[in-house]
Amino acid sequence: MKLSEIVAALDASVLVGEDQMDKEVNKCGASDLMSDILAGLSEGCILLTGLTTVQVIRTAMVAGVGAVVFVRGKKAPQEVIDLAKAQDLPLISSPYSMFVSCGRLHDCNLTGLTGQR
Amino acid sequence: MSGLKKSFYIKARDFNRAGEASISVQNFLKSMNFDPGLIRRIAICGYEGEMNAVMHGGDGALSIEIDSDKLVLEISDDGYGIEDIELAMQAGFSTANDEHREMGFGAGMGLPNMKKNSDQIMVASEKGQGTQVQMIFFLNQGGQID
Ligand SMILES: Nc1ncnc2c1ncn2[C@@H]1O[C@H](COP(=O)(O)OP(=O)(O)O)[C@@H](O)[C@H]1O
Ligand SMILES: [Mg+2]
Repeated sequence: MKLSEIVAALDASVLVGEDQMDKEVNKCGASDLMSDILAGLSEGCILLTGLTTVQVIRTAMVAGVGAVVFVRGKKAPQEVIDLAKAQDLPLISSPYSMFVSCGRLHDCNLTGLTGQR
Repeated sequence: MSGLKKSFYIKARDFNRAGEASISVQNFLKSMNFDPGLIRRIAICGYEGEMNAVMHGGDGALSIEIDSDKLVLEISDDGYGIEDIELAMQAGFSTANDEHREMGFGAGMGLPNMKKNSDQIMVASEKGQGTQVQMIFFLNQGGQID
């Protein structure tokens, strides 16, 4: 599934990476625990999180996450946006809660990190 | 290649910059054409170790040393140290505080994850003596591409 389709499914706005909307992702992880992402099969996934710290961006970079979605329409601090920009990491902001965001993406046939639905 | 060594400074409690050392190592290994899966394992181990030094430890350093057959990653800090290493290695054990948890850390999965992602891990620490975590990654099978 293309990032552009994920943005559409979430009525989301793109904070970073307009030029990467053709990127393909097929699995999704949702967590506010960075170690869960680091311990999971998170390479190339989209990460949904309610945290908007620089550590989310660094975790995503270290784990090879494909794109990060902030839920609940959270505004990310400028330093977070700048860091993602510098690393070419797409950042998306969903107006929906974690639950609703996940539900919408599940409806789009995205799987969890291990491939389960 | 043998004996190539790189070292990066880690500053205790500097949560804004925490992780920069690991990402520098990740970028360096990418530039050296190391296997992407191996780079990911090393970056994850480095990052968990770096966060531990920043959160629980003290000022320190993250270093890598590359030999023909292995890469050694070491994170050392001069902080308070670990009283009971066996307990610290257990999944879920954590002394993290609310500030750490608000940043998404403190699940007690860092050291277990470092163990899982490295070929060998050695943790040396004593109360009041700082902490050294050394991890070895063997390069013989599919370690390096070129
Ligand atoms: N560098 C360090 N200095 C002092 N204590 C440490 C260090 N690294 C780990 N620890 C101790 O080991 C525990 C477990 O570490 P870890 O598995 O990474 O989990 P977490 O960081 O989520 O607490 C920590 O909560 C802390 O008590
Ligand atoms: Mg830790």
